[in-house]
Amino acid sequence: MKSAVIVFPGSNCDRDAHDAIEKVTGHKPAMVWHQESDLPEGTEFIMVPGGFSYGDYLRCGAMASRSAIMPAIVAHAATGAPVLGVCNGFQILTESGLLPGALMRNAGLKFVCEKAKLTVENANTRFTSHYEGGAELIVPIAHHDGNYFADADTLDRIEGEGQVVFRYGNNPNGSARDIAGITNEQGNVMGMMPHPERAVDANHGGTDGLKLFESLLGSA
Amino acid sequence: MKAKIHVYLKPGVLDPQGAAVAGALHNMGYDEVTAARQGKLIELDLTGDDAEAARKRVDEMCAKLLSNPVIESYSIELDG
Repeated sequence: MKSAVIVFPGSNCDRDAHDAIEKVTGHKPAMVWHQESDLPEGTEFIMVPGGFSYGDYLRCGAMASRSAIMPAIVAHAATGAPVLGVCNGFQILTESGLLPGALMRNAGLKFVCEKAKLTVENANTRFTSHYEGGAELIVPIAHHDGNYFADADTLDRIEGEGQVVFRYGNNPNGSARDIAGITNEQGNVMGMMPHPERAVDANHGGTDGLKLFESLLGSA
Repeated sequence: MKAKIHVYLKPGVLDPQGAAVAGALHNMGYDEVTAARQGKLIELDLTGDDAEAARKRVDEMCAKLLSNPVIESYSIELDG
């Protein structure tokens, strides 16, 4: 599968994303600068990486979600192709309207950087099919604004539709209903605050993120 | 012309920064403070002198970038 990683000014997990994709597919993803208006020919999977695009000014992900490459990403997502946003990438996908809800300042007001315990709530997605439903994972988190918010109707709806994919075991940021990761209604766009690309090698201290990339990209 | 845009969190959206501000004021002895909400003020300098047209454009800017309708509301003040 041909992959692309979008790079914004202030992205800092783009190389981790690159390496995780290369490890699983054996192919280097294209690195696409945000000022491009087209994706490379034949791109299937798009990853929107973590970081602090535009210094988190105005709102996290707000300005990145209005950058030149975004219309191409929105159009690509509309074809049913897979799009994954991690951390700042999740914030960018909610700001762009590809995912419901918003990410707000952590309830404890502190930046949290730790290994988070996650539960796989839905193993029937293209992002999680290699996990067992209910599996417990350890995946790193590092964010200041990961407090997932949506109104009660939206929360009920996404829970009912199986769009809640990951939940925190020990809610680190005040997220509504312990939500750590969600998909859109069609199931081809996923956003999550934890960093699976930082848990794909024993040298990372764990490999619990590997199956996410294997689910999506086919196991190596 | 200048536009002043106030962006604030919708009622019911938890505002941990506002809560921390209220807590700090209590610690300083300002017991009359029952709640604090923290928002943003954005000032724009604009060309043109048609206030009605300007308001329409600024409203569009608020909807497209300056506020997030999931969590925030805004108000616009035009000046000059």
